[in-house]
Amino acid sequence: MSVLRDTIARLIVEANYNIPADVLQALRDAVEREESPLGRRTLEQLVRNYEVAAAERRPVCQDSGVAVVLLEVGQDVHWTGGSMQEAVYDGVREGTRVGYLRWSVTGDPTRMLKLSGQETPAVIHVDIVPGSDVKIMFASKGFGAENMSALKMFVPADGVPAITQFVLDTVDRAGANACPPIIVGLGIGGTFESAALLAKKAVLRPLDVRSARADIRQLEGELLERVNELGIGPQGFGGRVTALGVNIEVYPTHIAGLPVAVNLGCHSTRRMSATL
Amino acid sequence: MGVIQLKCQNGIAEADLDRLRAGDSVELTGQVISVRDASAARLAATVDAGQPLPISIEGQVLYAVGPSPPKPGQIIGSAGPTTTSRMARFLPALFKAGARAIIGKGEVHGEEAAPFLSHGAVYFGAIGGLGALLAKQISSTRIVAYEDLGPEALYALQIFAFPAVVIIDRHGGNFHETARARWRKA
Repeated sequence: MSVLRDTIARLIVEANYNIPADVLQALRDAVEREESPLGRRTLEQLVRNYEVAAAERRPVCQDSGVAVVLLEVGQDVHWTGGSMQEAVYDGVREGTRVGYLRWSVTGDPTRMLKLSGQETPAVIHVDIVPGSDVKIMFASKGFGAENMSALKMFVPADGVPAITQFVLDTVDRAGANACPPIIVGLGIGGTFESAALLAKKAVLRPLDVRSARADIRQLEGELLERVNELGIGPQGFGGRVTALGVNIEVYPTHIAGLPVAVNLGCHSTRRMSATL
Repeated sequence: MGVIQLKCQNGIAEADLDRLRAGDSVELTGQVISVRDASAARLAATVDAGQPLPISIEGQVLYAVGPSPPKPGQIIGSAGPTTTSRMARFLPALFKAGARAIIGKGEVHGEEAAPFLSHGAVYFGAIGGLGALLAKQISSTRIVAYEDLGPEALYALQIFAFPAVVIIDRHGGNFHETARARWRKA
């Protein structure tokens, strides 16, 4: 468990100092594509922010977010030396401390308890898979975009047109608050809670990885185009680049249902993976 | 695109607020007072109770921010703006206590925008997610009160050439509304 703890501590620091290469490249490409002068200037400053943060080892954003840890644990893995959950929590606590990250999490969402303000629980999702590796996808999820995310239970007859409209409405309503240019994670199917997890996995998927399904890939492209027609632009200052990508994850669902979740990610997407 | 230089060391001048128009690019130099969910709530409750505030915000510019901690040798950690609308319900009290403007990020519309117009306050939008760069525009920090709130403590910050865009002006303009409408297709 000490290996897991130390890895989490390293990932939270490095993810907060270094924006992923695919996101930085997408922002550089967006500078070329953006037609609005203020939008372009905003994108240039964002690129500069990420270069400075990496060079000076500063958090890219003061909101170090909630630590979201997606674990794929091989079924042949046997953990020793304590609790997996505690190892993750300890790693987040250690990384937050040594990396001078903000204590951005409250231990009590009702705020009725008086706590230290240095609680560091993480949100952990575990998939058990064949093999003997442990794959970690670590993310620090900022709440500007998280707060603007949405979930709706549609019915089968609503279909793809309703999904499309829901994505557009969610992005439009989020506007500048989600810190555009955003990444849109769309989860379709499963159940109420699994649609949200699909959307989280989608929003954390690298921008250069497209869906394995051709029809879903096409929908990703169409939705990105429609989202960018909303005119929100970088930081809601108007422009052509509202989103850097739309990623979709799907899962079978009930014959009576169509759960759809839209998880928004700000441009300051912090994620980093590791394999143990 | 010209950039308007604004001074806010001893509050911001009424004449400066009058001449700003939604969409103007500005750079602010002087003092700002940090606010965040917990500190804004406490300030507003103090105003509503008729009690004195720990620092006068008369004429002052507020900054919606909860910075990350400084590394040794740094003045401040990363310090970009947070979402203004989360604090909107507290703004009428803060404007009543004399605050003239707030720097933040995100959109403010309708009922949440009304107190800006009725109090003649201005909303400056800074770029969200620019925390590493914006920290370089802060030359000193001082905790004024509410230290128990950690990153949400009340700070007096000295800023210089701090870049922002006028979102809500004194003349009914809302830059997010006009900018989004202008670039929207269909």
